[in-house]
Amino acid sequence: MDAVLAVTAVIFSLAAAGAIIRIARGPSLLDRVLAADVLLAILGGALCIDMAVNRHLNNLMLVVAISIIGFIGSVTVARFVADRRVDPNES
Amino acid sequence: MNPDFSGPDGWVDLASAVFMVVGALMSLAAAIGLLRFPDLMSRMHAATKPQVLGLFLLLAAIGLQLWTWWVWPVLLVAWIFQLLTVPVSAHMVGRAGYRTKHLHRELLSADELEAVVQKAAAEAARKDSSDDGGTR
Repeated sequence: MDAVLAVTAVIFSLAAAGAIIRIARGPSLLDRVLAADVLLAILGGALCIDMAVNRHLNNLMLVVAISIIGFIGSVTVARFVADRRVDPNES
Repeated sequence: MNPDFSGPDGWVDLASAVFMVVGALMSLAAAIGLLRFPDLMSRMHAATKPQVLGLFLLLAAIGLQLWTWWVWPVLLVAWIFQLLTVPVSAHMVGRAGYRTKHLHRELLSADELEAVVQKAAAEAARKDSSDDGGTR
């Protein structure tokens, strides 16, 4: 299990670095929101790995809460972008 | 991990290790897709990998490692809520991206939203003109 923990830690670090690069570089606001969503998914995955390797359930409610309310941020930002249209009648 | 495959424990450990590594690779695939793909729509396609399949594999790894029956309903609830909420955010982000022209139109193979947008714009324009006629 230690080898699995090391391998997944490296993979998650590379993935988080890629998502953060996209957040910093992304040409539009929606790209950044999407990359932040991916970063949240990577964080939830890292919590799951920690629980599975160390065989505890301390983070389980956090993972459930992330999966329930994690979408609110991107929905809010998407509405915010949509409300700044030039022509509000464009529905 | 101890390579003891005489009993079921070694196989369970092996299966959960494979699930964890593959689930982590889903996150890496999403990051590579975010960095390499050209526009918002294709990046959205890459971003769903760790949110659905990656989370499923990692939750299955938790269930296999803890090996108690009452964990599975909680993990199932987490995954089902993820399945319910991810399309909502993807829908909103994709819609806002279409509205704000954050897409390469030459990369689209089908655009089923354009007719709806044209129709709504035409109706809005007709309503505007009739309102103007009524006030004059």
